[in-house]
Amino acid sequence: MEQALSVLVTFVLAAGLVGVMVNLGRLLGPRRETPAKGDAFECGNPASGPAWGRFSVKFYMTAILFIIFDVEVVFMYPWGVLYRRLGWFGFIEMMVFLAILAIGLLYVWRKGALEWD
Amino acid sequence: MGIELLVAAVKALIAIGMLLNLAGILGWVERKGSALIQDRIGANRAAILGFAGAGLVNTLLADPIKFVTKEDVIPRGVDRLLHTLAPCVNLLPVIVAFAAVPFGDRLRIGERAINLQAVELNVGVLFILAMTSMGVYGVVLGGWASNNRLSLLGGIRGSAQMISYELAMGLSIVAVVMTFGSLDLQEIVRAQGHNIAGWLPGWGIFYQPVAFALLLIAGIAESKRAPFDLPEGESEIVAGYFTEYSGIKYLMFFMTDFAEIALVSALLTTFFFGGWQVPYLTSQGFAFPWGTTVELPHLLVVLLQVGSYMVKVFVFCWFQVLVRWTMPRLRYDQLMWFGWKVLLPVGIANLLVTAAVFLLLQG
Repeated sequence: MEQALSVLVTFVLAAGLVGVMVNLGRLLGPRRETPAKGDAFECGNPASGPAWGRFSVKFYMTAILFIIFDVEVVFMYPWGVLYRRLGWFGFIEMMVFLAILAIGLLYVWRKGALEWD
Repeated sequence: MGIELLVAAVKALIAIGMLLNLAGILGWVERKGSALIQDRIGANRAAILGFAGAGLVNTLLADPIKFVTKEDVIPRGVDRLLHTLAPCVNLLPVIVAFAAVPFGDRLRIGERAINLQAVELNVGVLFILAMTSMGVYGVVLGGWASNNRLSLLGGIRGSAQMISYELAMGLSIVAVVMTFGSLDLQEIVRAQGHNIAGWLPGWGIFYQPVAFALLLIAGIAESKRAPFDLPEGESEIVAGYFTEYSGIKYLMFFMTDFAEIALVSALLTTFFFGGWQVPYLTSQGFAFPWGTTVELPHLLVVLLQVGSYMVKVFVFCWFQVLVRWTMPRLRYDQLMWFGWKVLLPVGIANLLVTAAVFLLLQG
């Protein structure tokens, strides 16, 4: 209960601060819109149209790999906390798990998914 | 209940104030630091009545006033809601994560013992990891909502970089958690209060040097600073994901940058340099390894500990400023190569060695 309270209080205060901050500019700043100012900034050239289009599939690949490996790292946290008490059992279990992780990494590596060009 | 709420609010305000002031000071330190390294004077324009000597105070005051009173330009064609939301989503998690780091031991007032930690969670490590992961959203939203090709490039670069280095960060922290056997940050700091062989402070760096290097590198990459500053690479994509921001929203992105430096420093301090621990200082006073003891009043001990935490955090902040102004930027394929093919295997190997050593020591 006390733990939840401290999280809640901090969140409310921080969110309040951020909320005030983001609106402060609208209250205190001037507002003078011109057509040129509203253009997307491309170093002075006229904007070359909307940017919402396709982008390189490599980023998509990185995101998928991240999800796979990050979930495996998450599994290690409870194991890490209890490691001293688990002894040999915990060690061997995690070795099996890490071996699977390492094989996965090796496979991705050999397949060239980690190459950027 | 009322007094509990008050204590929690005061502690949260102290932590938030500490972070925001540190971020403001760092804005000046970075400018002065870069000037020092490039052999110029730097940051000497803000002055009160012609007096620029107190550059820090003047910059601290002048900067926010100037940012707030500038026009907050929202270009045509942006997603207005997400454009406003992005700087908030960027800044909020960093503040809350910093509040979870303990800045002192218990402070006793009367019969009340106050734990000097704003967010008191027994799973503080997981909380901080969750919050740092949230930071990716601010970058992606900022890049996407701006409807600008340069912003979009910065946004996707930033997201791919942050998630790649988060793996190494997670793995290095698992090794720390194994060493201290707890997810509670306060417990982790207390566990570093002993002395190794009677004289060496029992700080995490002496148990987990490899994890320290991993967290330092991954932390700098997470906060998108040189040599990992490709998402905002000024010479290629203007300012990356915050190209289309101005006024206070720009300041918020900027502050997030500095707040992230402070957060990384706080984590390094907590995990590897004993957090608020002062070498040889116990709750009664100093007990030096050569036998001298100095009794100190409780309040002074607490003040020394809080001061020690701040000094350590500031040393790491300064170190990151130094790194930024001495290292050239990596190429993007080098960045990905380094994260996936060096840091990740090293992190796994460090975990293996840690596990094996503990098992052998236990017998």
